[in-house]
Amino acid sequence: MSPKRSEQARRHVAVIGAGPAGLSAAYAALAAGACVTLVDSAEQPGGQYHRMLPEAYAARRPERLQHGWRAFDRRRHQVLEHPRCTWLPETSVWMLERPDPEQARERGGPPRVHLVSGPADGTGRTRCTLDADALVLAVGAHDRVLPFSGWELPGVFTAGAAQALAKGERVAVGDRVVVAGSGPFLLPVAASLLEAGSRVLAVLEANTPVTVARGWTRRPWELAAQPGKTAELAEYTVALSRHRVPYRMGRAVVEARGEGRVEEVVTARLRADWSVVPGTEHTVAVDAVCVSHGFSPQLELPVAAGCALGRRQASPSEISGHPGASSPAPSPTNEFVLVDDGQRTSVAGVFAAGEITGIAGAPAARAEGAVAGWTAAGGAPSARALRTLLRSRDQGRAFAERLARAHPVGEAWPGWLRPETVVCRCEETDYGSLCAALTDRAGADPRVVKLNTRAGLGPCQGRICGPTVAELTGRFGGPQRQVRDSTGRPVEGLAQAAPHRRPIAQPVRLGELAASPMPLEDHPPRQSHP
Amino acid sequence: MNGTRVVVLGAGIIGAACARELALAGLEVTILDRGGAAAGTTSHGEGNVLVSDKGPGPELDLARLSRRLWPEALAAVAERSPAGRRAADAAEWEPKGGIVVATTQAGADGLTRFAATQRTAGVQAEELASATLLEAEPFVTREHTVAVHYPEDAQVQPAGAAAALLTDALAAGATLRTQHEVLSGITRGGRLTGVRTSAGVVEGDLFVNAAGPWSGALAARLGTPLGIEPRRGDVLVTAPLPPTVFHKVYDADYVGAVGSSEEDLQTSAVVESTRAGSVLIGSSRRRVGFDDRLRPEVLSAMAGKALRLFPSLAGVPVMRAYGGFRPYVADHLPVIGADPRLSGLWHASGHEGAGIGLSVGTGRLVRNLVLGEPAELAADAFRVDRPAVLGTQIEPQQHRQQQQHQRHRQQQSGQLSQHQEEGA
Repeated sequence: MSPKRSEQARRHVAVIGAGPAGLSAAYAALAAGACVTLVDSAEQPGGQYHRMLPEAYAARRPERLQHGWRAFDRRRHQVLEHPRCTWLPETSVWMLERPDPEQARERGGPPRVHLVSGPADGTGRTRCTLDADALVLAVGAHDRVLPFSGWELPGVFTAGAAQALAKGERVAVGDRVVVAGSGPFLLPVAASLLEAGSRVLAVLEANTPVTVARGWTRRPWELAAQPGKTAELAEYTVALSRHRVPYRMGRAVVEARGEGRVEEVVTARLRADWSVVPGTEHTVAVDAVCVSHGFSPQLELPVAAGCALGRRQASPSEISGHPGASSPAPSPTNEFVLVDDGQRTSVAGVFAAGEITGIAGAPAARAEGAVAGWTAAGGAPSARALRTLLRSRDQGRAFAERLARAHPVGEAWPGWLRPETVVCRCEETDYGSLCAALTDRAGADPRVVKLNTRAGLGPCQGRICGPTVAELTGRFGGPQRQVRDSTGRPVEGLAQAAPHRRPIAQPVRLGELAASPMPLEDHPPRQSHP
Repeated sequence: MNGTRVVVLGAGIIGAACARELALAGLEVTILDRGGAAAGTTSHGEGNVLVSDKGPGPELDLARLSRRLWPEALAAVAERSPAGRRAADAAEWEPKGGIVVATTQAGADGLTRFAATQRTAGVQAEELASATLLEAEPFVTREHTVAVHYPEDAQVQPAGAAAALLTDALAAGATLRTQHEVLSGITRGGRLTGVRTSAGVVEGDLFVNAAGPWSGALAARLGTPLGIEPRRGDVLVTAPLPPTVFHKVYDADYVGAVGSSEEDLQTSAVVESTRAGSVLIGSSRRRVGFDDRLRPEVLSAMAGKALRLFPSLAGVPVMRAYGGFRPYVADHLPVIGADPRLSGLWHASGHEGAGIGLSVGTGRLVRNLVLGEPAELAADAFRVDRPAVLGTQIEPQQHRQQQQHQRHRQQQSGQLSQHQEEGA
């Protein structure tokens, strides 16, 4: 990159999300010579993975709490202090504005980014717009939690929330805690809880040892290629055994009970399909329970940008693989943003990286971010560094595939539910009402079910119950599909009933909405020379 | 009429209301929709049941008929069965009344005059003293000039209301077939006798086009183009609040925007609470085809106008926004009646943003016309052969034929036979 190159000629890359993927994308885009605007809703970069304590009570030794802290810390400084980087903390993207098709042909750019800046609970937030040459979406994922009786009680936490409290605020969610669900994420959560002073009574993995072992050991060389991740998991396992925390497979929390807050949980043994083995129920006294059944990618911005979604393609070796470990069927609950080798989405100028393209953890997210940032900045596809990154990214993807196989969601889980079990916690919609609505011929359309049961209409806008409702809808009414006309094109004006469709991606106050937005400078470097 | 096979094209609220009336009258009704029931325009609107925004004329007559029929219809649905009771309850009927507020002197003059003409047509429209307004709506702007209370205005949850009407139609023997897209018509001897759909042929004696903003395109597939186009409206939904807005409150500009034909953006504030505590904020009108993108500047204009009515809502978070396409006709009147160009084809569409409210009256009118009963109101203004609908005035002779047919039907209440229909 020639330092004489004029600022006007530089590509401007906007990166949404400053977690492992976004930070890495920003770094790579800067290295390729672009101007970068890095946006995150938090005060500090790091995302969910490197969640940082607010400056006021920052940990003196964050490396003890966090894996890969030093590398992250170095990267953070390299990016935020770079003269061509504009860092917009506490800034949310509330809308992506797709250009007119004609306009898009002319301008050729990605959607316009609409932002609100300022503390989320403050009153002085400002609205602005950002037009970049390329947009990298690296917005990550949030916990997926399946409903069970009593999960709406205070004291029931998503594992992510519990970890955020432990990592971000040094708050332990309880003294006697059970961690349950599925996936390797349960381990770092348990480790964070131990670090914060909780007593972890057990970690329960819902999948049976057979399912997990089959998923993880089918191609051990791939696991060996993710040494960082393997070592990290090993570390957590050591931490658990040091505290004598039992790790049980094929067991789940199927009910939480208590007066006003959780006092005990019922655990039960599960078969491979997650049906409960009768007579195996145990009651455990707890004051908190943390659950996670994997992750849901945050797809509202990719959907708003118009990016095509789908299930990540399995490699040929995958398809000819073990007959017993079939891939989960495509459904709205395992859709991700489709990207090509350069992390390009189906929309020109829009790139995606990290968990929104497949749940694979931080190392894979970093590699994807770097590829996305480099490509978005117009970096040479032949760069040697890129080859290493691509290899690392592909290893990450193989890891993701393995993760999905080792920790699937068993399809018999609705067997835990009772008619009165709450499915949508925001609107208190119960399972019985939802089933009644889904089987009512006059009102079974997904949008009508939503309006009539209110499931998904509350403050979280279906982020928690959306996958559950979509899956139940699929079971009752067959797969949800886009209504198409006779030529196979989607019907004009009939929006797809997509669980991720949230054109207003983040709440925006009426007063903020009424104000005219300030356009951010096209090239916002803080200094005039690189 | 028993044994007459009616095929209703479109399972939105208009189709549901027509199907219900015709099924209750003993006709054999099939409802087709290419998607799911109520999944289109019906579930993308606010659920207005308004008389306040209409000046004296045929649309107000239809609105007043509908306003009378709504509680009757929902009570009848509820009485039918336990499922009917649940469905009627889910319609969330709220006869909350509307308050129109003017904030300028010009707006005040216009509103006062408009309310006076409405009163002559029998609409209850009471001018509110400032103190009374503030008692009724404590959070409304102090900057108001005139406010008029319309106690007859009401609201429903539109998807629930459509499901209630449809539930009743099905209980009365109608059949619903979703995922059936109409591809073309089958005519025999100049008469529509069937439709080819993506799931096979559906035959019938009488077809009612109730496809909302798509009814123009659907009619074209049947060989009878119709001047009905989509006009987009957007709605903002706030996080649930403690009770803040007690009526349907809108600014005096709204009536002008409803009646306008501008392609460009028209916005005016319509603010109301739902049973769940969210505040709904409308409204916008744009003719942009089926462009489904939300426009930030539209939402911004709506927010600005809503804050002029309720300044204290400035800090309230908007959780979501949605937009819908309404069936727009250039002369702003619904299209209800037989198509003079193709025997057997009827239309019930073109209600633009008022279709939820006008649905039950439309269903009743279609039933009156089909059965040849004395109609509860003059249907002539809604006839299909209007310049705005057909582009050019059709032959007066054909119009006379249609009127003759109607008189003929009113005299005869016997079996509708092929022969009679052809001879009409």
